[in-house]
Amino acid sequence: MSAAVPRVVLVDDHGLFRSGVRGELGKQVEVVGEADDVQPAIELIGSLEPDVVLLDVHLPSGGGQDVVQAIKASHPEVRFLALSASDAPEDVIAVIRAGARGYVTKTISTAELADAIRRVAAGDAVFSHRLAGFVLDAFAAAGGPGGSASEPKPSFDPELDQLTAREREVLRLIAQGYTYKEIARELYISVKTVESHVSSVLRKLQLSTRHQLTRWAAERRLA
Amino acid sequence: MTRCGSAPNDGSDAVVVSCGFAVFVFMPLQWLRGPRAHIGKNTGPTLIPDRGHQGSLRVAPDGEVRGSGAMMESVEHPERWREHRGGDPFGHWHRGPFWLRNRGNGPLRRDQDDRLVGGVAAGAAAWKGVNVTAVRIVFVLIAIFSGGVGGAVYVAAWLLIPAAGQETSIASQARNDPRGIRLAIAVASLLALILLAIGALGDGWFTSWAWPQVISAAGLVLIWRNAPPDEQAGLRHLIEPLESTAASSRPGRRTALRLGIAAVLLLGGAGWLFSARFSLALLRPLGGVVLVITGIVLLLGPWWLRIARDLVLERAARIRAEERTDIAARVHDSVLQTLALIQRRADDPQKVVQLARMQERELRSWLFEGRDPNQPDENMTVASGIRQIQQDVESRYGVPVEAVTVGDCELDDSLNALVAAAGEATVNAAKWSGASVISLFAEVEPGEVSIVVRDRGQGFDPEAVPEDRKGLAESVHGRMTRRGGTATVTSGPGEGTKVSLKMPRSATQPRPSAASRS
Repeated sequence: MSAAVPRVVLVDDHGLFRSGVRGELGKQVEVVGEADDVQPAIELIGSLEPDVVLLDVHLPSGGGQDVVQAIKASHPEVRFLALSASDAPEDVIAVIRAGARGYVTKTISTAELADAIRRVAAGDAVFSHRLAGFVLDAFAAAGGPGGSASEPKPSFDPELDQLTAREREVLRLIAQGYTYKEIARELYISVKTVESHVSSVLRKLQLSTRHQLTRWAAERRLA
Repeated sequence: MTRCGSAPNDGSDAVVVSCGFAVFVFMPLQWLRGPRAHIGKNTGPTLIPDRGHQGSLRVAPDGEVRGSGAMMESVEHPERWREHRGGDPFGHWHRGPFWLRNRGNGPLRRDQDDRLVGGVAAGAAAWKGVNVTAVRIVFVLIAIFSGGVGGAVYVAAWLLIPAAGQETSIASQARNDPRGIRLAIAVASLLALILLAIGALGDGWFTSWAWPQVISAAGLVLIWRNAPPDEQAGLRHLIEPLESTAASSRPGRRTALRLGIAAVLLLGGAGWLFSARFSLALLRPLGGVVLVITGIVLLLGPWWLRIARDLVLERAARIRAEERTDIAARVHDSVLQTLALIQRRADDPQKVVQLARMQERELRSWLFEGRDPNQPDENMTVASGIRQIQQDVESRYGVPVEAVTVGDCELDDSLNALVAAAGEATVNAAKWSGASVISLFAEVEPGEVSIVVRDRGQGFDPEAVPEDRKGLAESVHGRMTRRGGTATVTSGPGEGTKVSLKMPRSATQPRPSAASRS
């Protein structure tokens, strides 16, 4: 984890929510700027170069993924933590696949949010319990281990298309509300290892070209 | 067209012409409207419980008649709307003589949702419980064979039958409109004069056919002036294109050519028709009819198409407006009520949190899963069982439950036992653990279903369980082992409690998307 207090930009179209987050986070992070829409956010982030952008999934003129994509091209070192009230799987998956390092719901407690920001700033991935459930579901629906033989369009790297047993184990525990520390104790591994498993899941989620992943998200919506 | 062969008498030609007219008007109209009629079916979960849809009748037989989805337009998320009316459309017909049947359909009202002109046919169809297309065809046939009287009768019905959802008819409105009545009389008398003039020139059948239309015109004037705004807009749609056909603001060469050819065909065909009336040759009037019809189609074809298109668009707009009303009603019934409750309970943080969470879950399931929380799930699945546990525990004990479900399948006996055991474990945690939140995690795998109930509460020493909790643990355990499942309880003082439940699945109903893992 970085020693310094992470510099954070808030992107959310609700002014009340921004000031609430800013007030609650207090000294745990340094809020250097706020934006309320896609275009102002891109300009602000470009000029401030914060450590972490706390990004609402839904913005008035587009999705949070537009901000992520625009910034990723010019400032790859800026990290994004997606924040949403909706939990609609396809929104979450879209912003994660665009490059966000994590996703939390707006009902998260202040302490957990500050912790999540610190972890994203340090380069780790942050999954809410719901996102962990989505990912498990997505990869199970996409075939799961050993199911790739019948798949019509495997990814370039087939490893990207499935989770290892350990990764599934970690995700299950996250879905059950475990913290990283509790997971480490439960599985007799170090917190660092837990973090690397989650990062690896994030990488697969972002890089897998498996079209089932997107189709799954679309189907979830229809269920 | 079979009447063509009958001995020429006063009016048979009119019948022939009108037959053709009906075919030309109705076929394209029905075809254009056809696929979109499904929109009406999918207005979805009726959130305002009784919107007075007599619709189930008109929907089902209709939907079958109109087949292909070639022109199916993208209704916003039709998949979200669950067809819930269903059932046999004729199921509630009473037995008995036909004039006593179908009294359950409410009073006769003009149907504003499925109208072509005034909604009389659609209303009558819904009232009698028969196919609306059949009613329309019968209406047109009556209008033709009654020598035009049918048109006047239709206009009268339009005037006298109130629209759906309204108490007063247009006629009762029109009584208070002396200017409208004067205008109607003026139009009728003007038309009557013209008809008298034509009659004097010696053409009996045309005037006999046209006289009832004088009444229709007068009635239409009254409707025009006194109908509710949306119907007036509909009428304006009908007439505007006709005005532009007659006096186009920018008379292009194509329009001029079209009008010219139409005029020649009309005059030629009419002349042929008139001369043929005095001839016994059977095929010649047919030629005249063809010419007249072609002329009419050329003259009015684009107008018909536009009317048809406008009708369809207008209908779609009406349905969208209804959806908006639904959403407004939903927001009012649930969200605003909850907000009001929260304001009144502001001094009780736990109650506020509970209310907010319940509202959140309800809204979310309605928005993202298309379920109406007030309608129970018919097919219980693992996911719906978990949702139910979450709902019950949150509302009864005020403890938030974070539920995550991975995969899904239908419940059989042993899975029912699993869900019931999970429910018991969750209630137990809510009652005794003192935790601020309970995690509920269910995963459906091809071979087994597992549910984990976990809290970070006070926990307990499994060796020294108080009697009242032991009973519960045993009942959870018993439920599981009787069906071949397992239950593991992990806990320690200050460490929270974790109940892991696993139940093997019977080999049937694997979810197709996850089947490959076995």
